[in-house]
Amino acid sequence: MGPVETTIRAKLTQTLKPEHLEVINESHMHAVPAGSESHFRVLVVSPQFEGLSLLQRHRLVNETLREELSNCIHALAIQAKTPQQWSSNPSLAKSPPCMGGSKHDNTMAEKLKAGRD
Amino acid sequence: MNSIIRSTARCLRAGAWQYRTAQNNGELLSGWARLMCSSSAAQKTLEEMVKKDKVVVFIKGTPAQPMCGFSNAVVQILRMHGVDSYAAYNVLDDQDIREGIKTFSNWPTIPQVFFNGEFVGGCDILLQMHQSGDLVEELQKLGIRSALLDQEKESK
Repeated sequence: MGPVETTIRAKLTQTLKPEHLEVINESHMHAVPAGSESHFRVLVVSPQFEGLSLLQRHRLVNETLREELSNCIHALAIQAKTPQQWSSNPSLAKSPPCMGGSKHDNTMAEKLKAGRD
Repeated sequence: MNSIIRSTARCLRAGAWQYRTAQNNGELLSGWARLMCSSSAAQKTLEEMVKKDKVVVFIKGTPAQPMCGFSNAVVQILRMHGVDSYAAYNVLDDQDIREGIKTFSNWPTIPQVFFNGEFVGGCDILLQMHQSGDLVEELQKLGIRSALLDQEKESK
């Protein structure tokens, strides 16, 4: 587990106190060098999401990972469920196939460097 | 008279016209934003951009040629619902828009979807709205009839 993934897990655990948490490094699915920590998918199951709209839930996750998102995380796919939603549908969504955007993205080099430092 | 001509052109060229207009507007507006040299001016510009059309998306690439899987997902979902007239801004063309829109909506990633000037979310949220049926309802509020409603009718 790389440092970015470790941080993501720690911050989400501390802030959202999830009953279930999955953090998946999907960088290998994208046009970035092997070993990168740039593209992630997170599944967070937390009672703190009760009564919150999808947008509010996602903003909570974004806020928790604000620093990483401004430095090294290039893409973050989020599933934010309440415990009830999770138990009635315990499935992890799949990310769409990469269309090579990162190859043409000149801001990627900085982000990848930030992830490694 | 002008509006009749515009809407005819829109019907004839569907998504392409609207997208092309958005592209041109995107270039014009971003040039202006740079000239103003002030982030509040750029934010005002973005506010106008998101309010100008009922459905506005900020994506990587274009609806005809998305450059990112998540942006493509947004394009495909809109296509499925028969939404062919929307403004699409290619953030890869303009770094000012790319960074400005993240500040504007306080959202760190692209793609970004706006309905009636209001931020809806990214690809994940649009996908979940599509899967839950909420998207059909939201489009209805915009006065857009989802193509999926007609498909349901046909299958019955």
